[in-house]
Amino acid sequence: MGHTQEPHDHDHQAVPSDLTLRVKALESLLVEKGLVDRAALDAVVDTYETKIGPRNGARVVARAWVDPAYRKRLLTDASAAIAELGYVGGQGEDMVVLENGPKVHNLVVCTLCSCYPWPILGLPPVWYKSAPYRSRAVIDPRGVLREFGVELGDDVEVRVWDSTAEVRYLVLPERPAGSEHMTEDQLAVLVTRDSMVGVGKVSLAAVSGGPS
Amino acid sequence: MNGVHDMGGMHGMGPIHHEKNEPVFHEPWEARVYAITRVLRAGGGRQNLDNSRHQLELLPPAEYLRMSYYERWLARLLNQIVTNGVITRAELESGHPAPGSLAATLATPAVTAAMIPALVTRRNSARRDGAVSPRFKVGQRVRARNIHPTGHTRLPRYARGKHGVISRDHGVFLFPDTNAAFLGEKPQHVYSVRFAARELWGEHASARDFIHLDMWDDYLERA
Repeated sequence: MGHTQEPHDHDHQAVPSDLTLRVKALESLLVEKGLVDRAALDAVVDTYETKIGPRNGARVVARAWVDPAYRKRLLTDASAAIAELGYVGGQGEDMVVLENGPKVHNLVVCTLCSCYPWPILGLPPVWYKSAPYRSRAVIDPRGVLREFGVELGDDVEVRVWDSTAEVRYLVLPERPAGSEHMTEDQLAVLVTRDSMVGVGKVSLAAVSGGPS
Repeated sequence: MNGVHDMGGMHGMGPIHHEKNEPVFHEPWEARVYAITRVLRAGGGRQNLDNSRHQLELLPPAEYLRMSYYERWLARLLNQIVTNGVITRAELESGHPAPGSLAATLATPAVTAAMIPALVTRRNSARRDGAVSPRFKVGQRVRARNIHPTGHTRLPRYARGKHGVISRDHGVFLFPDTNAAFLGEKPQHVYSVRFAARELWGEHASARDFIHLDMWDDYLERA
């Protein structure tokens, strides 16, 4: 939480100490009135903390890298191809996959709120929901990418996808050079969340326990 | 509405903080706010996703910018449950059910733990079946209408009046502007419209940058 003291961090600043108490009181009231079941709340939290997250998307990407027929299905009917691996649900009903390559780089944002493909990437990180990212991704995509460590040449076309409707986007990053010998499981470990939003590239050096 | 939520192209919001190994929730209260919202939303009532988004947009602008993401969700949640009569403001303030209210309202919660796996994998697509003719076709040049609805809309200010090209027809979806106001779904085609960055931002933008927005038929006119 050390970064929360920054003066410009509008979307994740120091949490007023009474929020914990207020939410506890609200939950107790709703439970007492028979409106919510505590165990149901626990199950929702556990789902997004341990089951639904960017590892799902990483499996999709790794499969597309090793299986050309799957890759083709993913690029033509992403919702169905993703459902093949069992990833379905709210905020992922209508998927489109965008393929990055040497001459095209795709980047996803939601300038109006924080639309994000929950079933395959989980809940969005704070930076994705923050005013700095939402405001700048469309007007200065190359500057934003540079901040994330991605430097693109002038010959690369940048496509920014503003998620203004109920279509959700997943970026299919480039398979890193030198990964030809790797298995699907090994490749999935390389794939980061950032690469599937389009603010990162996948590299062999990035192995640090999987998607982050 | 021309609110502060419509941030595309704004300056002065500061640097992007990219936290390494970020947790899904930073505080337990954030997780509870998320879960309560999901569970109550699944319980039914007069609500939909577009109206819920609009409830966030209606937060006072200075508050919207000051609050963290889940603080906004909490503010919306409190507004919604009081507005919908789920709990009263007096109950919220006292933290206790109103005297005599329990016998009338105490029920089995609509959503139990056993229902969560089905809840999170449930499809609730905004796509609609039915024969609705598209007004535009792929490859056609269009202009985003210069309109300023005071209610909910998904047409960002930065695209209004700008020219683009239809790059993909996503099919028929309900229309958020009317759905958010409970005025009907008004199903229509949604397209991916490709705008040159220079059309949106002027000559200093890269000639090789393009912005794609998803736009409903009602947002577009012939160029």
